[in-house]
This record gives sequence, structure tokens and C-alpha cells, in this order.
Amino acid sequence: MKVLVPIKRVADPANANKVKVAGSEVSHDGLEWVMNPFDEWSLEAALRLTEDASAKTRTGEIVVVSIGPKAAVDTLREAMGKGAERGVLVDGEDTALDSNVVAQILAKVVEKEQPDLVLMGKQSADGDSNIAGTKLAELLGWPVINYASHIETSDDGKTLTIKRELDVGVQTLKVQGPAVITCSDRILKPGTIKNGVTPADFEYPDLGDLNSRLSNLKNIMAARKKPLDELGLGDLGVEPVRVDEYVGFELPAGRSGQAQFLESVDELVQKLQSEAKVL
Amino acid sequence: MTNVLVVAELAQGKSRKTTLSAVAFAKTVTEATGGSFDILAIGADAESAAEELTGFGAGKVLTAEIEGDYICESYAPTVAEVAKEYGVVVACASTFGKDLMPRVATKIGAGVASDISKVSVEGDELHYTRPMYAGNVFGTMKVTTDIQVVTVRQSEFEPAAPSGGSSSVESVDVVDADCEGKIESLGIEVVESERPDLGEADVVVSGGRSLKSAENFENVLEPLVDALGAAMGASRAAVDAGYVPNELQVGQTGKVVAPKLYVAVGISGAIQHLAGMKGSKVIVAINKDKEAPIAQVADYFLVADLFDAVPAMTEAVKKAKAAG
Ligand SMILES: Cc1cc2nc3c(=O)[nH]c(=O)nc-3n(C[C@H](O)[C@H](O)[C@H](O)COP(=O)(O)OP(=O)(O)OC[C@H]3O[C@@H](n4cnc5c(N)ncnc54)[C@H](O)[C@@H]3O)c2cc1C
Ligand SMILES: Nc1ncnc2c1ncn2[C@@H]1O[C@H](COP(=O)(O)O)[C@@H](O)[C@H]1O
Repeated sequence: MKVLVPIKRVADPANANKVKVAGSEVSHDGLEWVMNPFDEWSLEAALRLTEDASAKTRTGEIVVVSIGPKAAVDTLREAMGKGAERGVLVDGEDTALDSNVVAQILAKVVEKEQPDLVLMGKQSADGDSNIAGTKLAELLGWPVINYASHIETSDDGKTLTIKRELDVGVQTLKVQGPAVITCSDRILKPGTIKNGVTPADFEYPDLGDLNSRLSNLKNIMAARKKPLDELGLGDLGVEPVRVDEYVGFELPAGRSGQAQFLESVDELVQKLQSEAKVL
Repeated sequence: MTNVLVVAELAQGKSRKTTLSAVAFAKTVTEATGGSFDILAIGADAESAAEELTGFGAGKVLTAEIEGDYICESYAPTVAEVAKEYGVVVACASTFGKDLMPRVATKIGAGVASDISKVSVEGDELHYTRPMYAGNVFGTMKVTTDIQVVTVRQSEFEPAAPSGGSSSVESVDVVDADCEGKIESLGIEVVESERPDLGEADVVVSGGRSLKSAENFENVLEPLVDALGAAMGASRAAVDAGYVPNELQVGQTGKVVAPKLYVAVGISGAIQHLAGMKGSKVIVAINKDKEAPIAQVADYFLVADLFDAVPAMTEAVKKAKAAG
């Protein structure tokens, strides 16, 4: 099975409260670039789909693709250090991208790479748009399964049984690939991915607060030698059109006042009643 | 003049409350620009759901009867066909709207303003404000295509109230589904709850990892939830641990709530959790660690062990309510 995993690099979302607005732009000076955590989940899911975890062998191929400046190569190398076989960097300026542009470029990469699946994040942790996956699927004429929490493949890998999280409950779908899948937080819980190769009773270690497996020094060294193509939009034959325009940014108004620290339940309830008037 | 199409979200043959947030958006836009709006009820039992939607001031309520569970591929072609007659197409930014609308937009060559918290009319342009960076920045943007597709954040668009009148009901042709035979729903497991819905409740009580088990959610937290007549929420850590179902997650990847009162029990207040609740009017934290980041947004911070404080608070709330 060949899986394409689109990955965006974003300003460290764990420190998103340090993001500033400078003039008409967002500034994240001082924040590290990291792999979009939503994409890290799908990378880890893709790794689990394309390996025999108990024999520790790769059984499929993962191509990671990022649209961004040259420095996004680091993010791709990081993904290859975790196990992806190849990388593709498509040249683009972060500020010139919207989800529409991203979807159009990814559609061309898919045409070129012919993967069986595209596994991606449901949203970028900077823009929080949650658009590119579904747009990509429509451009390709493929089904999209957003918010997947379980993926099970048939023996030939062509039919997928997928569960996804909706506001109203959990939906189970039967899908004929190729398809675009975006992942939910739960995709990396035990037993959520069944690829017919990794024994059903195999247990992945709990990732704790990590978003994907760590890579060791040996893998990082090996990743430096893995193939990485750098493409321009001309190489892909696409002139993407941007369909939105930001006119300004603002920081949210802070909450007024400071927390009142209380020691007793009675005091709290009394304040909720007579001061906050919410009881 | 901007005409707006509202895509209603249906479940079990009824319109969900989320629809009324999208209607509220449509009213704001059409009142400011002098246009009018219609509502499209699409899905199983669309016709009976349409009846409920005739009293909100829409010109027409359109119906498209599609059997079976919702999937984006079966709804999008029909929504896109109807949408061609409008300037703006809107749905709520629930998992329904966020799943469906980008596909619709792509079919009609439209850009999407997703999960917006505000709309304003600037001359002949619509400006949309939307939270980004997990709610740490608000961006204001416009969509530059002829038709604009929008999803609205439920917690920021007060549900429209009935405004009397009676819209006419008309059915529209259903267009063939995309990806026929390639995607099929085997069912939706709906979690029934007697409690108010997270998105609609005036009070939300959420529990975190520190509750330690599903039993403690039930025995320790739920009595407080019920004493307050609240909806129950949870941190991702609690959902991931399997203490409560995923629909209860509050945060960047869960639901965004803005109730009058939010009580965070044993929740540290990670940036992604704050993204889902910091718009609440009054925030109470119950946490044994004074330094927990939830203090940045809390109005009242009870420094206590939750296993003592929550049962005591349940009793105190009951007493206070009984005393009226
Ligand atoms: C991309 C991404 C998206 C995410 N989306 C979300 C999201 O939507 N929602 C979300 O919630 N999280 C989300 N997270 C996870 C988030 O980063 C935190 O890991 C999570 O919110 C922590 O949950 P918690 O507060 O329950 O647990 P912890 O951080 O472990 O906090 C437990 C708290 O309980 C307190 N405590 C412990 N015992 C007691 C006691 N007996 N009495 C009182 N207090 C006690 C502790 O002092 C601590 O503050 C996301 C993470 C990522 C990377
Ligand atoms: N610049 C990019 N390069 C590669 N993938 C991207 C890029 N931007 C967005 N994506 C993918 O699209 C998903 C959804 O993005 P968005 O619509 O921006 O929220 C992300 O989780 C990524 O998988």
C-alpha cells in the first residue's frame, strides 16, 4: 500500500499564546517550527498501516509532502526519520497559501504519485481551517472520510472499514480506495488500526503526550539519504488560485480580572450566587 | 444585496439546534444588505424537518429527501446545485458543516470562510472574523469568489428565535451522489443523553484526567453536573482514557462552548482545552495545583482535591438552589 501524507510545518502550537500581531501580519518570532500535530497523527497512522509492527518491517510505502519554503525540508526529514520512505517539497511561501491552493497542489502531487490513500490532518494548527482534505478529495473525485478514529483494511488493502467521530456519535463507513482520510485524536489509541499484517494482539506503546513515535539517531542518519524531490509549481503544471484574503489580525481581548483563589466550597457557591449571579 | 442559503443540519428527522446559528448569520447578512435567505433541509425526513423551519423568516424552505445516513458525497452535489443561485451559502461549523461545505465549495469554485465567530458588512464586502492558532489570534478575511461558503461557530452565533410568518416549502431535485459505490455508511452509533447538549447548555461541567476512571465520572462528577442542570464535558485526556465518549471533548479538536458558567474539574488548562471554553462568561476551576494554567482564564479558582470538593459542592449547590 502506498500512502501520501501531506505535512505542514507550523509555529509551535504548544506556545500559540505567544503569537503576536505585527502590523497586518501574524508574527511568531521566537517560536520553533514544528510538524503540525494533526499531521503527525496521520503520519503515525500511516506508519502503522504500512508496517508489520511485530516483525518491525515496512510493508508499504509512505511519501511525505510539504508545500513551503526550503526550510520545510527539515520537517520532511523528521518524518522520514520516523519511517517515511520518500519526501516531496513543493516550493511555496507560507503566506501565499490557503487551503484552496494547498488542495490544488496536492491534487497534482497525487496524480503524479498515484497513492492508494492520502492520510492527512483535519486542520492546520495555525489556520485551523479544516478545509484542504475535503477540497482535495473533491478535486480528485475521491471519497473523503474526515475525523477517522479507526481504520481497518481488507486483505488486498482496497476496502477499508473506517469509524469516524461526529458531533452526534460515531459513524462506521465502508470505503473503496483510493480515498482521502483525515484523522481524529483517537486514531492512535490501542487497536484502532488493523492492516492485516501486524498481529491483532500486537500492542503499540502508549505515546503519552507525544503525537507520533520518536525516531532514533540511526533512523535520522538514514533519513538523510532517503530520496527527497524538490518541485516548483511549474514542474507540477499547476497555477493555483487563492480564493481568500486576510485584511487584518487581532489578539483576543484578555479576560477581565484575575482569578480569585478560594479555599472553601461554601465560599465558592456563595460567590457564584451573589457575586457572579450564575446559580 | 446578498442572498443567503442556509444548509440545515438534520438528525433523526429533526432540525438540530446548530441550524439556528446558521439562520442567525443569514439574518444578520440579509438585514444589513437587504437580501433574503432560504433554508435547505436535506436528508432523510427532510420534509418533516422543513415544517419546523418555516417560522424563522426564510423566503422558502427547500427540501431534498435523501435516504440513509449522512455522507458528504451524497449531499454535496445537491447542495452545490441549489447553492448556485445564492451569494453566500452557510452551515454551522459542526462536524456536519465542516465535513460537507468544503466539498460543496469546490464544486462551485467557491472559497470557504470556516468556523467564523463574526461577520460584518464593509461597503459591499462581507468580512469574516475567525479564531486561528487555537483562539490565540483572530483573523479577519474575505472570500474573493462569486459565491462564498461559510461555516459559523455555534457558540458565537446565538440561535435565531422564531420570527413568525410562514415560509413556503418547495422540494428540489436530488442530484446523483458522488463516488457511487465507493463509500457507504454502515450506521451511526448515537449516544443518547438526558442532559442538555454541550453546544446549547447554559452551564457546562467538565472533568479531566484526574478523575481517573469512568466510574468516578459517574459517581463523583455527574451528581454535580445534574445538580447544576449542566451539560457534561471533558478534556481530551479524559476522552482518550475512555472515561467518557468523544462527543464530550471540549477544545480545539472537540466542541467549542461559551456557557454562562463553565466548571473545569481537575483540568490543567492546556492551550488546546482553553481554545474550546475561554469564551465562557464565568469560569470556575477546581484544581489542587494553584499554578495550573487554567488560572489564566479562571474567575474563581478553588484550590482543593476534587474528590473532596466536588461532592461538597454538589450538596452546597442543591442547598442553594432549594433555598432559591
Ligand atoms: C493537536 C492537539 C489537539 C488537542 N486538542 C485538545 C482538545 O480539544 N481538548 C483538550 O482538552 N485537550 C486537547 N489536547 C490535549 C491537551 O494538550 C492536554 O494534554 C489535555 O487537555 C490535558 O488534559 P487534562 O487537563 O485532563 O490532564 P492534565 O494536563 O494531566 O491535568 C490534570 C490536572 O488535574 C489536576 N489534579 C490532579 N489530581 C487532582 C485532584 N485529586 N483534585 C484536583 N485537581 C487534580 C492537576 O493539578 C492537573 O492540573 C490537544 C493536544 C494536541 C497536541
Ligand atoms: N503547506 C502545506 N503543506 C502540506 N500539507 C498541508 C499544507 N497546508 C495544509 N496541509 C494539509 O492539509 C490539512 C488541513 O489543512 P487546513 O485546511 O489548512 O486546515 C493539514 O492538516 C495538512 O495535512
